[in-house]
Amino acid sequence: MHHFYAYLQYRWPHLVALTLAHVGVVATSVAIASAIAITVGIGVYRTQRPAEATLAVANIFLTIPSFALFALFIPVLGLGYPPTVTALVMYGLLPVLRNTIVGLRSIDPAIVESARGMGMTPAQALWRIELPLAWPVIMTGIRVSTLLILGIAAIGAYVNGPGLGKNIFSGLARLGTATGLDLALSGTLGIVFLAVVLDLVLGLVAWLTTSRGLHE
Amino acid sequence: MSSPAQARPMIRLEALSKRFAHQRRLAVDNLTLDIYAGEIVVFVGPSGCGKTTTMKMINRLIEPTSGEIYLEGDNVTHVNPNRLRRHIGYVIQQIGLFPHMSIADNIAVVPRMLGWDKARIGRRVDELLHMMGIPAHEYRHRYPKALSGGQSQRVGVARALAADPPVLLMDEPFGAIDPITRKHLQDEFLRIQGEVRKTIVFVTHDIDEAIKMGDRIAVLREGSHIAQYDTPEQILTHPADDFVRALIGGSATLKRLALSRVGEAVLQSVPTAREGADTEHADGLLLIDAQGHPQRWADDTDARAIVTVSADATLQEALDALLLAPRGRAVVVDAHGAYQGVVDFDTVAGYVRHSAASLAQGEAQTQ
Repeated sequence: MHHFYAYLQYRWPHLVALTLAHVGVVATSVAIASAIAITVGIGVYRTQRPAEATLAVANIFLTIPSFALFALFIPVLGLGYPPTVTALVMYGLLPVLRNTIVGLRSIDPAIVESARGMGMTPAQALWRIELPLAWPVIMTGIRVSTLLILGIAAIGAYVNGPGLGKNIFSGLARLGTATGLDLALSGTLGIVFLAVVLDLVLGLVAWLTTSRGLHE
Repeated sequence: MSSPAQARPMIRLEALSKRFAHQRRLAVDNLTLDIYAGEIVVFVGPSGCGKTTTMKMINRLIEPTSGEIYLEGDNVTHVNPNRLRRHIGYVIQQIGLFPHMSIADNIAVVPRMLGWDKARIGRRVDELLHMMGIPAHEYRHRYPKALSGGQSQRVGVARALAADPPVLLMDEPFGAIDPITRKHLQDEFLRIQGEVRKTIVFVTHDIDEAIKMGDRIAVLREGSHIAQYDTPEQILTHPADDFVRALIGGSATLKRLALSRVGEAVLQSVPTAREGADTEHADGLLLIDAQGHPQRWADDTDARAIVTVSADATLQEALDALLLAPRGRAVVVDAHGAYQGVVDFDTVAGYVRHSAASLAQGEAQTQ
């Protein structure tokens, strides 16, 4: 334990850099995944078959072993940032997509009918009424997606992606040595720390971006 | 009631039909109907008769399969439905307030779409909340979750009236509300309608509500076929057929009493005297005070033996009071509580016989 503490003292600038890179790649991936999933969700939530089909595809993405998926992109996208983000986006789609569809479907039809009855176009009803009402549910999907991606992002180091995974992989390579344990432990604890912080931050964002009329 | 014969209808439905996909029967079958400015027309009929479908074709939430819709003489069957709807108020049973918007923002939706300026919208919101009896300063910035059922429906009506549309469509607006609040909202709505004079299409399956709210009632049977389209009085006294008779139920005469006010009946008069006069023990003498407020019957020292009804009460309410009143008589008072006359069972029965006779006579003249 003493050794680990000394390691932290000596390497903290490096750890901060890795943590920031990790947040960066996760945030980028969640943002892209959310944009895609919300757009697709809006497109399919009124339908039965297409909604089921897109959910099935997002489900399949999530079942592909992450090592395999990262490696599969090397021939096409090379190493580093691009394959990492691409794989993480694929993993992040399902929670947001599912919650977008569920959130939009769970709105009281009478509310949408009165919006249309007052003369809102379908686009106005979507932007002003349906999305704000579904937003808390969509936000929950984004939070789940963030936590999911946060862990998987570590494996991005396998294709030379950025973040705390670098420490974990180098640590595992030197397992048995004191430094190896320090590296693996710092990477793992860093991710746990990020999970707590990001969930709190997103919880706050969700609260701030949800209408007071919808707060419990 | 205005005489519809000469005016141009506010709403005209012409040979309107609707067939839903995968259904053999027409939901609405060749309906032609005129609705005039300032009247409340109630569509009443059993569930599935097409009354709601018919109403939703007026603002084109349901597109007609064939036929034409005219609003103030203009054919609106093919105009942009979104723009059309901004000029037709819409109230539904489930109310459908937007929970994420403040009450003021809910009411402001249509005025904002129409591009009103902020100050005008603010004034209009306050005016409508005041009209609905909801304290504007307290509720303006609160959210729908803070409202009771009755208040929600009031805000729903305020929202529909926001841009002052000439036409209001109401689909069972008081259907989901408890009976006491419902009666209150109905009375209040009739009072507001007295001020705003909108053309209203009101859908209900409750014949009593139809009789109370309607200037005219369209009794609809399956396929939105008109069984009878007439005033409540005519429908109650001269139901067109067994279908209408069955819908009215067994107590048409009692229902008719709800249509007339005590003040419209020929009241009995009794001798009155100021309290303390020397005639004090005479039979049938009513003692009143300086303002004309009835105090007690001269031959009965108990002031509780006096039953009063307002001249504004319906004959049905008067009859209800008479059933419990000593000697079967009640004192009619005006809005200030002053003596106007006396109503008894003979008064009510006489009014029923007289109005039936005059309706029959009126009908004989028009035929």
